[in-house]
Amino acid sequence: MIRWDWIFDNLDQIAASVAEHLILTILAVWIGLAISLVAGLLIYDRRRLYGPTAGFFGILYTIPSLALFAFLVPITGLSLTSALIGLVSYTLLILLRNIMAGLDAVTPETREAAEAMGLSRAQRLVRVELPLALPVIVAGIRVATVTTIGLVMVTALIGQGGLGQLMLRGFNRSFPTMIYVGFVLTVALAIGLDLLLAWIGRVATPWARKGPG
Amino acid sequence: MPVGRRYGVSTMDGTRRAATVDFEHVTKHYDAGAITTGAPGAVTDLTLSVPAGAICVLVGPSGCGKTTSLKMVNRLIEPTSGRILLDGTDVAARDAVELRRGIGYVIQQVGLFPHQRIWENVATVPRLLGASLGRQRERADELLSLVGLDPAVHGSRFPAELSGGERQRVGVARALAADPPIMLMDEPFGAVDPIVRDRLQNELLRIQERLAKTILFVTHDIDEAIKMGDLVAVVDVGGRLAQFGPPAEILAGPASDFVARFVGADRGLKRLSLARVRDLTPLPVPMARLGEPARRAAADPLVRDQRFALLVDHEDRPIGWIADRELDRDGGITADMATPMSPLLDPETTLKDALSMLIDAEVLAGIVVDRDGRATGLITTEAIATWLRPSGVSTATSIEAAS
Repeated sequence: MIRWDWIFDNLDQIAASVAEHLILTILAVWIGLAISLVAGLLIYDRRRLYGPTAGFFGILYTIPSLALFAFLVPITGLSLTSALIGLVSYTLLILLRNIMAGLDAVTPETREAAEAMGLSRAQRLVRVELPLALPVIVAGIRVATVTTIGLVMVTALIGQGGLGQLMLRGFNRSFPTMIYVGFVLTVALAIGLDLLLAWIGRVATPWARKGPG
Repeated sequence: MPVGRRYGVSTMDGTRRAATVDFEHVTKHYDAGAITTGAPGAVTDLTLSVPAGAICVLVGPSGCGKTTSLKMVNRLIEPTSGRILLDGTDVAARDAVELRRGIGYVIQQVGLFPHQRIWENVATVPRLLGASLGRQRERADELLSLVGLDPAVHGSRFPAELSGGERQRVGVARALAADPPIMLMDEPFGAVDPIVRDRLQNELLRIQERLAKTILFVTHDIDEAIKMGDLVAVVDVGGRLAQFGPPAEILAGPASDFVARFVGADRGLKRLSLARVRDLTPLPVPMARLGEPARRAAADPLVRDQRFALLVDHEDRPIGWIADRELDRDGGITADMATPMSPLLDPETTLKDALSMLIDAEVLAGIVVDRDGRATGLITTEAIATWLRPSGVSTATSIEAAS
């Protein structure tokens, strides 16, 4: 059923697909994180903007992915840009929500102490509030990453899709091996990245694991 | 106010630095209706002066505006009207961030940064002021030792790994890190158990003896106020100052029914814990020395008058009492003629403890001894009772009692 010889003959192509998939995912999550961080910090002290912003990101999130790409292709073509616009759009809501939830979890006494100690607004954010929000933000990045890996399968339809394209070709040629390889590697990629991020999160926040000794 | 003179910035030690704090007609209300309704946290026309190096305790029922008053000093809250001066400079004229770096701040919930190690927490303000990493660590270690923590053990831990009492010590260390001339403490020991609280209070007093900061201390506990305060400001609901003065003065003469009720029905007994044996003038003690001819001792006018003598050794150390009829004999005085003694009172013993010792021993007088154990006088229960009478409190006594 599985043509192992094909796999061994095409390791280069498979590796290239994995790399493309990975790059698309990482790029999309990074851009999404940058946008939602800026948005989060802008609305942090202006709470009435949170509703509209989250609402807008929510609308983006609910647009069916196929429809979004169909909409984008006439404007930005079958390009990396189209793929990234779509992928980034789907990360925004998850990331923004987690950034805000993380920042909100900072206790009032910690905020008050930071302010009373003479940290400026920016210093409070960078040195106290964001570091304390990190565990929740990392949790958001993990969900966004796994979601994006799945969505990259869809961007294959506009010619930008790493493992998705591998599977698509498998369908077209009725060649199941390509489909299986694409499927297994996608799942492996999702699990692998998720575990990696979880590990990074743990290493970056040693304090979060400590209980009263 | 005479009390101020005791707290002039000391030059005994280069690290001592303190500032005066003056509230001038400070008012804070939160909405238009608050002026008439007395909303919680409001402050009304608060005027008080805290001399440099004194602990001033703001005490009052919850919602009386004491915390609001504190937070207006470091501009976490801005007053509606009035001014607060630190060393004569209006806080409103200073940059809030820069101002706060020069004011230590300790709150009940401590507010340590959970993601930073203990030494990093302590070094927060030095870091903000640009101290090198080495200097930060050094300063943190110094302060952790000062508050009774071991830098080697606790320094690298995270706040979640410490007990409540330990965290509170770290909070004090962090507030002291940049050697601020002023400390604001908002119920700093309110969240720890009574035994730990008592220890932390004593340690703060010990640290204060060394550093002589100006400390504004908020509490709702009158006993804590009396214990900690050089000066106590009793604040009524609505942020009205009900009475301001040394604790002994407030206990001896409450200015209003509110103050009298707030300090409690046992305020007389509370005053006893403020004064020490050295604050009373001891009565002269009739003495007989070991080996001295008995008849000569009996001829002493004091002995004749009191009808007893205190037998002391050659160093004036008390051995026991001898009735005058025992002295009516030939020969020298021997130790076996004496009967068991009254309690020995150190000049630093509080009157409360002294009275308790006298009651326990079922006697009416205790012997005051100096550091070398020499008898210097007698303190009677009557003298203590006399001291308790309001007229017995001279200004001098109350200032001494405030220390």
